[in-house]
Amino acid sequence: MPSPLLEISDLHVAVDGDAILKGVSLSVQPGEVHAVMGPNGSGKSSLCHVLAGGNGYDVTRGSVAYRGEDLLALEPDERAKQGIFLAFQYPVEIPGVNNAYFLKAAVNAVRRARGDEELDAIDFMQLMREKVKLVDMDEGLLRRPLNEGFSGGEKKRNEILQMMLLEPRLAILDETDSGLDIDALRIVADGVNALRSPDRAIVVVTHHERFLEYVVPDHVHVLFEGRIARSGGRTLARELEERGYGHLRAEAAA
Amino acid sequence: MTESLQEARVAPSNDIESLIGREYEQGFITDIESETLPPGIDEGVVARVSEIKGEPDFMREWRLEAYRRWREMKAPDWAKLSIAPIDYQAISYYSAPKSKEDAPKSLDEVDPKLLETYEKLGIPLEERAVLAGVAVDAVFDSVSVATTFKERLASEGIIFCSFSEAVRNHPDLIREYLGSVVPRSDNFFAALNSAVFTDGSFVYVPRGVRCPMELSTYFRINAANTGQFERTLVIADEGSYVSYLEGCTAPMRDENQLHAAVVELVALEGATIKYATVQNWYPGDENGVGGIYNFVTKRGDCRGARSKISWTQVETGSAITWKYPSCVLRGDDSVGEFYSVAVTHHHQQADTGTKMIHLGRNTRSNIVSKGISAGRSRNAYRGLVQVGRDAASARNYTQCDSLLMGDRCAAHTFPYMEVKNPSARVEHEATTSKIGEDQLFYCMSRGLSAEDAVSMIVSGFCKEVFNELPMEFAVEARNLLNVSLEGAIG
Repeated sequence: MPSPLLEISDLHVAVDGDAILKGVSLSVQPGEVHAVMGPNGSGKSSLCHVLAGGNGYDVTRGSVAYRGEDLLALEPDERAKQGIFLAFQYPVEIPGVNNAYFLKAAVNAVRRARGDEELDAIDFMQLMREKVKLVDMDEGLLRRPLNEGFSGGEKKRNEILQMMLLEPRLAILDETDSGLDIDALRIVADGVNALRSPDRAIVVVTHHERFLEYVVPDHVHVLFEGRIARSGGRTLARELEERGYGHLRAEAAA
Repeated sequence: MTESLQEARVAPSNDIESLIGREYEQGFITDIESETLPPGIDEGVVARVSEIKGEPDFMREWRLEAYRRWREMKAPDWAKLSIAPIDYQAISYYSAPKSKEDAPKSLDEVDPKLLETYEKLGIPLEERAVLAGVAVDAVFDSVSVATTFKERLASEGIIFCSFSEAVRNHPDLIREYLGSVVPRSDNFFAALNSAVFTDGSFVYVPRGVRCPMELSTYFRINAANTGQFERTLVIADEGSYVSYLEGCTAPMRDENQLHAAVVELVALEGATIKYATVQNWYPGDENGVGGIYNFVTKRGDCRGARSKISWTQVETGSAITWKYPSCVLRGDDSVGEFYSVAVTHHHQQADTGTKMIHLGRNTRSNIVSKGISAGRSRNAYRGLVQVGRDAASARNYTQCDSLLMGDRCAAHTFPYMEVKNPSARVEHEATTSKIGEDQLFYCMSRGLSAEDAVSMIVSGFCKEVFNELPMEFAVEARNLLNVSLEGAIG
C-alpha cells in the first residue's frame, strides 16, 4: 500500500474549552475521494478548518500527518503552498480587493513555492478565462471586490475557480454543494471531477447524498458527535439518505 | 504530549501584533554641517530670520505682527491628544546647510551626501525626475537646494519656486495672497509659522493654463531640535489646473521635533487644484519615544465660481498629528474634496480630518476618510461641515471608515455639522471594523503570507483614496502603508 497523503490519528480538538472532535482517525490515499457526512454540529466544519490551519481550534490530542510531515506545525499559507486547499462553506468578503488581483497573487504565491515561474498578467488572464468558462462564472465577477456582494452560488463558483487555478494536491470541500441549484451543483461537481487524478485526493463534506451521485466517493464516513461513527463505501451514503442519522443516535446510546 | 501539540498549533491570532513592528526604514541621518540660530524666540529672532533671508521690509513687519499675536495665544487643547508641554524657547528657529552662501547652480554642485539621502528615500531627482515627469523643488533643512524643470514651466508662464525666491521676485503676488486663506492669527501654530517660517514652495498658474506636469515637493527634517516651519502658497488663476504632490520622510531622532507648516491654496474662477500628500515622518519608537510633532494648517479657498480644490493625504508618520486640510467653498458651484488615509501604530496619536465651509450656492463637498489604528495608537477623525445662510442647495457627503488592528488601539469619529440653510443636504456615514481573523485566514489559506494578506486587506480598505493619487504616488503610498503596518496583526 502506498503511504497515505493524509493521516489523521486520534484527533481531539476543542474550541473555547468545548470538545468538538473526540478522537477522529482517517487515512486518505492519493487518488481517493472521501465523503464526510453527518448531522449539523457533528464537527465536520471544524475538521475542515483544523486541516487548513484555522484559528481558534485547540488540538488537545492526536496528530495529523500530511505527506508524512506534521501538518499542524504549519502556518495556513505554508499548508496552501504544499497543496492543501479548503473550499469555504462561507467564503469571506474582502472589500476593495479586486478578485482577479487576489487570484493572481494566490496563484503566484503557490507557484513560487513549487518552484514554478510566476505568471505574468497576460498568461494569468488567459488561464483564468479558460477556468472561468469551466465553472460557468460571469467574467464580470473577476473585476469586482473579492466575494463582496456575490450571491451564494457565485461565491461557491468562485471557490471552485480558485481550486482549479491552485491545483491542490488535497482539496477539502466544506459543504460546497449547499445552497446550489441543480445546474450549479452539476457545474461544481464537474469542476471537482476534473481535478480527480491518481496523485490527488479530495475530501468532500456534504449533507446531501445527491452531490455524491455526481462526485462519486471511494469512501464514505459518518461524523457523529465528534467521532467517526461509521465508514463504508458508496452505499453508506444512500443508506443514510434513506434512514437518516437517527439510528446512529440510538446506536450511540446503546 | 498535549502541551507540545498545542505549541505546535498555529495560532495566527497572536501574530497580528507582531506583524506591524518593523524598524523605521527611513532612519538615517545626513551628516551635513548646519548653520543654526541659537534656541529661543523673541522679536530679535524673528527679525533675524527675515534678515538672513534678505526679505523686504513688508515681510519683516508681517512676521513681527504674527509673532506679537502668537505671544497672546495659547496652544489648543481640544483635540484628543496627549502632549507634553512644548518649550518654545528650547527650539532653534533657523537652520540652513552651510553651502548656502554659494548655493548650487545645478545638481552637480549639490552635496553628494544630500543626493545620497534622496536616493535612499527613493525620491525622483535627476534623471528619475525626468523619467517620472515630475518637477522637484526639494526643501532641505529650510532652504531650497535644488529646483528643476523651471524653464519648461516658465514657458507656460507658471511660477514654481521656493518661497524665498517668490518673496524676492514676485512680492506683489506674495503681498496679495500671503495670509489671505490662513490669516496670521488663525491659530496658535499658524501664528508661530507666520512669524518664523523659513522657506517652502510657491506656485502660480496663470489664467487658462493647464500645468503640464505634476508639481512635487519633498520635505525633510534633519538638523536636530530645529523646528520646521514651511510655508506653501499655491495660486491657480481663472480656468487653470494644477496638481501638486508633497511627500515627506525624516531620519530617526530621539528628540521630538516640532513641525508647524502652513499651506494656502487659492482657486479662482473655474480653476482646479489637486493637492496630495504622503507623510512619513518619524513616528517615535515602539515605546513612543521620539518622533515628530506635526501641527499643520492646510486650507484651500475656492474663491471663484466653479472652482475646485481636492485634498488627498496618506498619513503614516509623526508621533502626533494635528491636521485638518479644509476648503472654503466661497464661489458658487465650487467643489471641495477630501480623501484621507491616516495610519497610526505603536503610540502614535492622530487627530485629523477636514473642514468644508459652504458659503456659495450649489457648493458641493465630498469627504472620504479611512483611519487605520494598530498597536496602542489613537486615531481620531474630526470633521466640520458648515453650511452658511446663503449656501442654497449645498451638498455634502461624508464617509468615515475605521479599521482596527489588535485590541489596544482606539478610533474615534467626531463629525460636526452646522447647517444654516434649509435646502442643504448633508450626509454622514461611518463604519468601524476590525481586521478580521477570518479575512486573514481566508487569504492565507490561498497561499498568501500574513504580511501580504494584511497588506492586501488594508490596500482594499484604502482603495477609494489611493484611486485619487497619481499612479507613481499610489504605489509609493501602498509601499509606505506596508512598512508602517508590518507586525500590526496579532
